[in-house]
Amino acid sequence: MARFFGKWYCITDLRFWLLVIILFNDAEQVNAVWPMPQRISQSTQQYTLNPQAFLFQYSNGSVVQPGCSVLDTAFKRYFAIIFPDVTGKHGVLGYNVPAAFTVFVDVKKDECDGYPDENSAENYKLSISAGQAVLSSETVWGALRGLESLSQLVYQDDYGAYFINKTEIEDFPRFPFRGLLLDTSRHYLPVQAILKTLDAMAYSKFNVFHWHIVDDPSFPYQSRTFPDLSNKGAFHPLTHIYTQTDVRRVIAHARLRGIRVVPEFDSPGHTQSWGKGQHDLLTPCYKGDVPSGMYGPVNPILDSSYKFMAQLYKEVALVFPDSYVHLGGDEVSFTCWKSNPNVRAFMAKMGFGSDYTKLESFYMENIMNMTAALNKTSIVWQDVFDYHERIPQDTVLEIWKGTPPKYREELSRITKAGHRVLLSAPWYLNHISYGQDWQNAYLVAPRNFSGTEAQKKLVIGGEVCMWGEYVDATNLTPRLWPRACAAAERLWSDEEQTSSVAQAYPRLQEFRCKLLRRGIQAEPLFVGHCKHEYQGA
Amino acid sequence: MDRNQLTEEESSRRVNIMGLLLNCAVFLLVVIVCSGWQDDGNYDGRLSDSDPISLWPLPQKIQISAVAFKLSASSFQISHAKESSAGPGCNLLQNAFRRYFEYMFGSVKNEAKPRKKVFSSELTELQVWITSADPECDGYPSLKSDESYELSVDQPSAVLKASNVWGALRGLETFSQLVYEDDYGVNIINKTSIVDFPRFAHRGILLDTSRHYLPLRVILANLEAMAMNKYNVFHWHIVDDPSFPYFSRTFPELSQKGAFHPYTHVYTPADVKMVIEFARMRGIRVIPEFDTPGHTQSWGKGQKDLLTPCYSGSSPSGTFGPVNPILNTTYEFMGRFFKEVSTMFPDAYVHLGGDEVDFSCWKSNPDIQKFMEEHGFGHDYSKLESYYIQRLLDIVSSTNKGYMIWQEVFDNGVKLKLDTLIHVWMGNKAQYETETARVTAAGFHALLSTPWYLNYISYGQDWHDIYTADPQSFNGTEEQKKLVIGGEACLWGEYVDATNLTPRLWPRASAVAERLWSDKDVKDIGNAYGRLAQHRCRMVQRGIPAEPLFVGYCRHEYKGL
Repeated sequence: MARFFGKWYCITDLRFWLLVIILFNDAEQVNAVWPMPQRISQSTQQYTLNPQAFLFQYSNGSVVQPGCSVLDTAFKRYFAIIFPDVTGKHGVLGYNVPAAFTVFVDVKKDECDGYPDENSAENYKLSISAGQAVLSSETVWGALRGLESLSQLVYQDDYGAYFINKTEIEDFPRFPFRGLLLDTSRHYLPVQAILKTLDAMAYSKFNVFHWHIVDDPSFPYQSRTFPDLSNKGAFHPLTHIYTQTDVRRVIAHARLRGIRVVPEFDSPGHTQSWGKGQHDLLTPCYKGDVPSGMYGPVNPILDSSYKFMAQLYKEVALVFPDSYVHLGGDEVSFTCWKSNPNVRAFMAKMGFGSDYTKLESFYMENIMNMTAALNKTSIVWQDVFDYHERIPQDTVLEIWKGTPPKYREELSRITKAGHRVLLSAPWYLNHISYGQDWQNAYLVAPRNFSGTEAQKKLVIGGEVCMWGEYVDATNLTPRLWPRACAAAERLWSDEEQTSSVAQAYPRLQEFRCKLLRRGIQAEPLFVGHCKHEYQGA
Repeated sequence: MDRNQLTEEESSRRVNIMGLLLNCAVFLLVVIVCSGWQDDGNYDGRLSDSDPISLWPLPQKIQISAVAFKLSASSFQISHAKESSAGPGCNLLQNAFRRYFEYMFGSVKNEAKPRKKVFSSELTELQVWITSADPECDGYPSLKSDESYELSVDQPSAVLKASNVWGALRGLETFSQLVYEDDYGVNIINKTSIVDFPRFAHRGILLDTSRHYLPLRVILANLEAMAMNKYNVFHWHIVDDPSFPYFSRTFPELSQKGAFHPYTHVYTPADVKMVIEFARMRGIRVIPEFDTPGHTQSWGKGQKDLLTPCYSGSSPSGTFGPVNPILNTTYEFMGRFFKEVSTMFPDAYVHLGGDEVDFSCWKSNPDIQKFMEEHGFGHDYSKLESYYIQRLLDIVSSTNKGYMIWQEVFDNGVKLKLDTLIHVWMGNKAQYETETARVTAAGFHALLSTPWYLNYISYGQDWHDIYTADPQSFNGTEEQKKLVIGGEACLWGEYVDATNLTPRLWPRASAVAERLWSDKDVKDIGNAYGRLAQHRCRMVQRGIPAEPLFVGYCRHEYKGL
């Protein structure tokens, strides 16, 4: 039952900074930033912060100035996070407080009304000295990351006073794609649960919300073009759906936190719920010579299927601003296709023989062409590569299968073919076990596979997946956090600086307490306590 | 991506749901209205709402008719029967009436005059009839409490008959579970007759408030959930190595120095009283555990010389081991401490722990070695442990409490009073069955927890194993079987605090609840699945974030975010 609080840890930077060892007088305070910045140096020099005299201000040279929605709202949000005991009425300050500690924000590009995308620069520099902090970044998205780091540097003593130490940070993400998948089909997740997850994602510097919005069990997305899909395919047509307003709200909430929303409309398998609201979309399965009344994957031999999919994806492309869309393509069972005489006739006509992977490829190719025509980049599950190696070069493959040796092999094969990849296999956090399983998530090495430097660069990131078989709003948050934080650090931070579980433990424990303070119901790593426990029930 | 082989398996299980109640319906099972059951789509996650009536744990004898009555929030009443020995002065029942009214109808804000018209098919009243002379309104439930009840739902009014309030509470829970909403939002109850009683007298849940502190609200919420599952014992593992949150009036330094924080992470006497009263109102006993001589690191911070100083070679190492069994001051301390505990906690039992005593520190200490020699214990440190426990038992006996202890104390041959409850927690199935057989063969009462360590989690539907474990499945005589008084689900706190406790415990603990309440032949997993999925939706609707069993939905999803 050892309860251990790390009293110190060290941060190294090989090129520019000295090795700095920080010793804290307050044993329970680890002023760490999670995920670990690329370069950080801190001194014991401590500055008091007064909520009555604390300002965020755009610096004179900044291209971005007041009126920038992303940063204006971020200032408000982070003020409340930095000073959790301060209620709104105390927080209103003029811009003329002479002795105010001022956070000067300097951003080079104005993307205030835009969306983060695959090329968004997230690097930032943060310099904290007497009376001021300077946060400079190329984009508002980088500034958001810097504000997050800043907020984690502030701590309180036992009397409630706020402090920050003299600090220099130069930071950038190791991988540009740091995603988290939620599954809203196996269980419906109320919008509130999704928004909460987005908040927590921002705290760990995740930047992609992969919305696995529909699947076999239910179709909660309310389509403008095909309203029957959710009318008939959702668990309930009114209480268990996402309206267009809900979707916009999620996208807006995510944008303000520098998070992209990539929707997944998985086909041709995983589409049982689609069939309820769209006649003739799914393949009728046969028992002998007659239809059995059951349905299989999307029917790949009908023009009507492709017309439907084109219209649906056209809508999806408009509703979701991100340039990526996830097409699924996993786990297609061939038994129903094989049973259907029309499908067999089509196979013969196309010269596919009895190789049903060819039929699947035929289908996926059509779908990928549709999204390409809509100027979207496709992400597909690894299955699509496994049975069909010639796929459009800019397609991103997501690896979800197998043990470390297996997925490393797959990383080699896919990057060798020149495709970009996302790694998810080691981060299926819906799989739970007794004990500190965050350590496994932490020790993943996404670029540890045999391949050239160029191949390694094709690993653009990874995703934490929280599949919904056993998860809904009752247990989502504690199951996801802080376990997802382990993956977040792996995807953001330098691997060499963050290779030790023992060094990560006290930092993560502290970060988990910060999450609690921010209202995120993150579960404990092990025996111990937080100054401010979760009070809900 | 992701697929789960369970899908088809689960779908096929729905077929079994019609088997509902059959095993146990000693009376004629008339009909159960089941609109959604025959849906045989290829995939259907709607399991959970398919059967409108889902009783959990399943009553012993039940007869449900197709005849149904409406219930109206504005005219329905729960009242004391004329013949009842309890009346409006019975606080416990008055509170229960309100609680169950709210479960059934929500908190009705509209206080307008009740509708005059009564439909012919409407049920307007539940009469609660306490038959024994003393309804026990102001008492505490005990191991011997009679929790049986009879429920008859028919016009003109439903009648719930129980010999005292404890049975009435169980019957009210059952009545509330019989009420369901039809598609028009109308509350419906079928004509029903139930005779019910628990299979085991001790049906407990252990919460550990030492490894993580649990705020009062979480404890109270779990008492609510326990009542929904007819649990009747809250085993409060209140202190242990990591922290000592119990605020002792006699020894305030124990929590001042031994709690994670002396103010924010303690249970004051007022807190403890609130828990006990909240539990009493729901027919739940509170049994505190003060585990010694091991698991006491946190005690040492506020009580000098209580723990054994460990030695490194010939000098003290600065670390401490179990309670020091060779000092008289230790027993003086225990005497005063357990005197306080005996007045603070009204239950007739106290759990004394006695598990996992590590001998290495005792072995290192020269004073202990000498003591061993003087008492002729040789090198058998379990004799020293027995010496300590024996003296402790004498102390606790003098406070007129009975005691529960973990199985090691029995295993080590400590002399025990015959009414001691031995708590079996170790080993695999074969081992715990052997242990239960040994304990009962020696004439002691046994309690089972081994298969119900719910802090152990794994991926998938692990409630199956929990559900099929049975405390009486061991080789023994009928007499021995009768000595098994029940079991407890344990949620140890290494990885659990307020953030994840409730969804981790529920509905998995519900599986234990049915094993301990219902007939031993109620064990069909397919049958249980449908009822349990709905029971968990009912808990969610009542504000308990019980996690899902599998894919599907609840009409009212959890909103407490």
